[in-house]
Amino acid sequence: MAKRNNVWANIDWVTVLLFLLLIFLGWINIYAAIYNPENQSIFDVSERYGKQLIWIGAALALGFLILLIETNFYVFFSYIIYGFFILLLILVLFMGKEINGARSWFDIGGVRLQPSEFGKFATALALAKYMSSFGFKLQRFKSIVVIALLILAPAFFILLQNDTGSALVYFSFVLVLFREGLSGVILFFGSLIALLFVLALVLSNLILNAVLIGAVLSIFLIMNTRLKQFGIILIIFSLSIGIFFGLNEIVSTEYQPADFLFSGGLLGALITLIYSIRKQISNYIIVTVIFIGALLFSVSVDYGFTNLLEPHQQVRINELLGIESNPQGAGYHVNQSKIAIGSGGFWGKGFLNGTQTKFDFVPEQSTDFIFCTVGEEWGFVGTFVLIILFLTLFIRLVLLAERQRSGFSRIYGYSVAVILFFHFMVNIGMTIGIMPVIGIPLPFFSYGGSSLWSFTILLFIFIRLDASRLDHLSN
Amino acid sequence: MNNFSKRSYIIIAIFAVVGLVYIIRLFSLQVVDSTYKQFATNNILREIVQYPARGLIYDRNGKLLVINKAAYDLLITPREVKTFDTLQLCNLLEITREELEIKIQEAKDYSRYKPSILVKQIPPESYANLQEQLYKFRGFHTQSRTLREYETTAASHVLGYVGEVTASDIKNSTYYNMGDYIGVSGIEKTYEEALRGTKGVQKKLVDVHNRIQGSFLDGQEDVPAQIGKNVTSSIDLDLQLYAEKLFQNKIGSVVAIEPSTGEILAMVSAPTYDPGLLVGRVRGSNYAKLVADTLKPLFNRALLAEYPPGSTFKILNVLIGLQEQAINLYTRFSCAGPASTPIRCTHNHVTPLGPIQAIKESCNPFLWNTFRAIINKGKTSADGFNMWREYVQSFGLGKKLGSDLQYENKGNVPTEEYYNRFYGAGHWNAMTVRSLAIGQGELGITPLQLANYCAVIANRGYYHIPHVVKEVEGEELKADFLEKVNTNISEEFFEPVIEGMQRVVETTNASVFMKIPDVVMCGKTGTVQNPHGEDHSAFMAFAPKDNPKIAISVYVENSGYGSMFAAPIASLLVEKYLKGEVEESRKWVEERMLNIDLIHPKQEN
Repeated sequence: MAKRNNVWANIDWVTVLLFLLLIFLGWINIYAAIYNPENQSIFDVSERYGKQLIWIGAALALGFLILLIETNFYVFFSYIIYGFFILLLILVLFMGKEINGARSWFDIGGVRLQPSEFGKFATALALAKYMSSFGFKLQRFKSIVVIALLILAPAFFILLQNDTGSALVYFSFVLVLFREGLSGVILFFGSLIALLFVLALVLSNLILNAVLIGAVLSIFLIMNTRLKQFGIILIIFSLSIGIFFGLNEIVSTEYQPADFLFSGGLLGALITLIYSIRKQISNYIIVTVIFIGALLFSVSVDYGFTNLLEPHQQVRINELLGIESNPQGAGYHVNQSKIAIGSGGFWGKGFLNGTQTKFDFVPEQSTDFIFCTVGEEWGFVGTFVLIILFLTLFIRLVLLAERQRSGFSRIYGYSVAVILFFHFMVNIGMTIGIMPVIGIPLPFFSYGGSSLWSFTILLFIFIRLDASRLDHLSN
Repeated sequence: MNNFSKRSYIIIAIFAVVGLVYIIRLFSLQVVDSTYKQFATNNILREIVQYPARGLIYDRNGKLLVINKAAYDLLITPREVKTFDTLQLCNLLEITREELEIKIQEAKDYSRYKPSILVKQIPPESYANLQEQLYKFRGFHTQSRTLREYETTAASHVLGYVGEVTASDIKNSTYYNMGDYIGVSGIEKTYEEALRGTKGVQKKLVDVHNRIQGSFLDGQEDVPAQIGKNVTSSIDLDLQLYAEKLFQNKIGSVVAIEPSTGEILAMVSAPTYDPGLLVGRVRGSNYAKLVADTLKPLFNRALLAEYPPGSTFKILNVLIGLQEQAINLYTRFSCAGPASTPIRCTHNHVTPLGPIQAIKESCNPFLWNTFRAIINKGKTSADGFNMWREYVQSFGLGKKLGSDLQYENKGNVPTEEYYNRFYGAGHWNAMTVRSLAIGQGELGITPLQLANYCAVIANRGYYHIPHVVKEVEGEELKADFLEKVNTNISEEFFEPVIEGMQRVVETTNASVFMKIPDVVMCGKTGTVQNPHGEDHSAFMAFAPKDNPKIAISVYVENSGYGSMFAAPIASLLVEKYLKGEVEESRKWVEERMLNIDLIHPKQEN
């Protein structure tokens, strides 16, 4: 038996401090977002800031409680906890209350709970347990299948609740798998395909083809030691694209410049492929094959999108990607959001000074668009500090995870870091117009009991695990 | 311990890159880029919905029937409201303080952030005063709307009216929002999508005093509204007005159709109402009054009232008889006049008589004999009956015609099952259901169906589905309306019955009321037995005999013989349509029809 250490002495107070700072900042920004000169008391529980204070109190109590529980509890009960929340996710489909088109809430005597929020830490526990079990090897086919099931099951049920944003969060586990040894190639190609898929829909064909050709030529240029070979390839591409443009000048056709780039690029790539096979330059072969694949993939996405999907499905994807701006919907929010953030300037307008004019628009200002309040009232200084705070927390979590001796704690720690990171990335990205409008909360900041509690549980279990890291000598 | 711990740096790098990208983006958004600063610190982006003008409605000769007039809504955004002079606002809006407070509370309950309509349809005169003073009222703004205005009081049932969308309209379509207008009946409803146009949106920046400061992004994101398409109705306004005039103080209906196209030239349901009553702020109270009226002015008799066709139906039975060779032009049946059984004949005429003469005399015994011969063509009475029924339906009776007006009544042609239930299968025959021979009994027909049936005769065997719209700007007319719907009767059999119909108009005792100089009109009277009171007078006619231009049906409720009221009114309308004016020699008929009051004396009794 290992010697038991004092939990309180080993708690990572930096993380706890960051946590406290973030929920405090969140709370005063919720107050500012809803601030109304007629009713100024920050403790008024009929308003959201008052309620948030109650949620915060409960969250702190919850965090404290978690620290009291033995670490073994989480290890032993992780599958049961997981199973319990999967059950809730199914039950909510039948007994849930529908709000804003998503059936994700249990309404228990006026208190609304969102099981999808709690599914995250449950999944992280189960994943940690499974991947840290004795003799586990990620490379086995069976392991991959079980992991996929563990992650996709909750995502699937959340998707059925019509809450796409929360379901997407589960993709962040891929980063955990990567840390645990998932081949980087899979991650690379996965991201490449996802990127191409989005680009194919967002960019026009002409630009996309140009970008792809530009990218492949730059790669050739970067990896090349001898300029002569690069010159040859450049000539091949220029000629083959030129041929198609020239042909069109002679025999005028209905084809568009995008088509010439496509056919020219394809022809160029095929010639380059033959050239590099003959010269036996393996790197070139790989790059060209990937390029050809990317070119064909992007065309087929475009084709599949316009010909295979129903119009309403197209609209949904377009709205998700922000291509189609519904003047009453997503596009409107982003415009308002950008105006609010942009108008904050370098120093911001000052606490509570933005309230008179901004955000007359969305009821989500205290939840999904809370970052606007920060941007407007605290300016670039405020947003910069907030991003640094979040990054410090994430990096701290990664470092803590790395110092764990048990696989269970490490994997769980990484899960916490990437889940929080994903929320941060999508939520802030959406308010500054980089990410599509997907309604997921900013951790510790957005108004809402369920999300605050679930993030608190998620984080504090890890703090507890970390506090007893010296207990475990096994694994 | 773990081979992959170096990968933690990659993950940290991913975090850092995203963080860096966001910081750069925020720096450019908040510090470098001045675009968003131009929307000065205190400006609010306001989306102003642009409501397009609704399409106009013309009559077939290009006369305007329905136009638009301006009105304004006052909106409130509760969150932005500052203390204001309640009394002044109440005076401007001409409402009481209590009303205003209730409405503001309703708006607050709906949303504190989104604008909601406080007062609807403020007329332009009041709006001018309001707009001048509006700067004093923060949180209030106006939007312009268009309301319907009618150039005529006629054709209200055909034109229909426009009302606010209901909750189910909003649910069933993504286009409509609370407070939008939608066609509720008539042409306004059927051609809603063409007439309404497409809403647009303008993004404006307004300052704290609610004054518009300029466009957002130079209007790049504005979507202009598209004006509604104009609709040309097939209604002939002059004819419609004249028909409504003749129907003053009477209950009933007129439907006139151009046989060669199926276009409805006039459609009257009397008593009617002024369509202008259902526009603007007075709409609610006027609607309630019209609904409460015992004469049911909102009820479109032309489409919905179901009467037995009476003797007008005899033409159809003769046609079926000829087609099925149950009779031929040389068939003679004898008539014992009032002594005939089982249906007596009230007309004094020669006997025996043939089909043409029978139509002229409206001879009941000839018809039930013919009917019996038709039914007996089948192996059983039921077979014969079903065959007969198929012919009847091919004339558009007992089914919805599929016109472009909603809520058609399909009328009633009883089925075999109906009689089986009533008498038991095999326990009935032609004579059991003999009322069908003379257009009485269970038969029910709407004025629209009667006019269409007359158009079939005028066309010698086919019809176009009746419709009230001739053209929608920039659109093709529904293909159904261009196709001929054929009946099962050969063309050759129509000439003799038309001959009979011509004699009805020209050689009977009532000819004096309906013969139009220089016009060959063919018609048939009907007297519809009405168990609730005085018989209804019915008449159908078409003219000219060759190349007919108009087919018409007229019902006058509780007025007696068909020849007394319905026929003269129909003849006046045909004359008006074909000649433009009623000739001096027939002014006395017009006078007589105008002066008859079939509604008010009854109330005195």
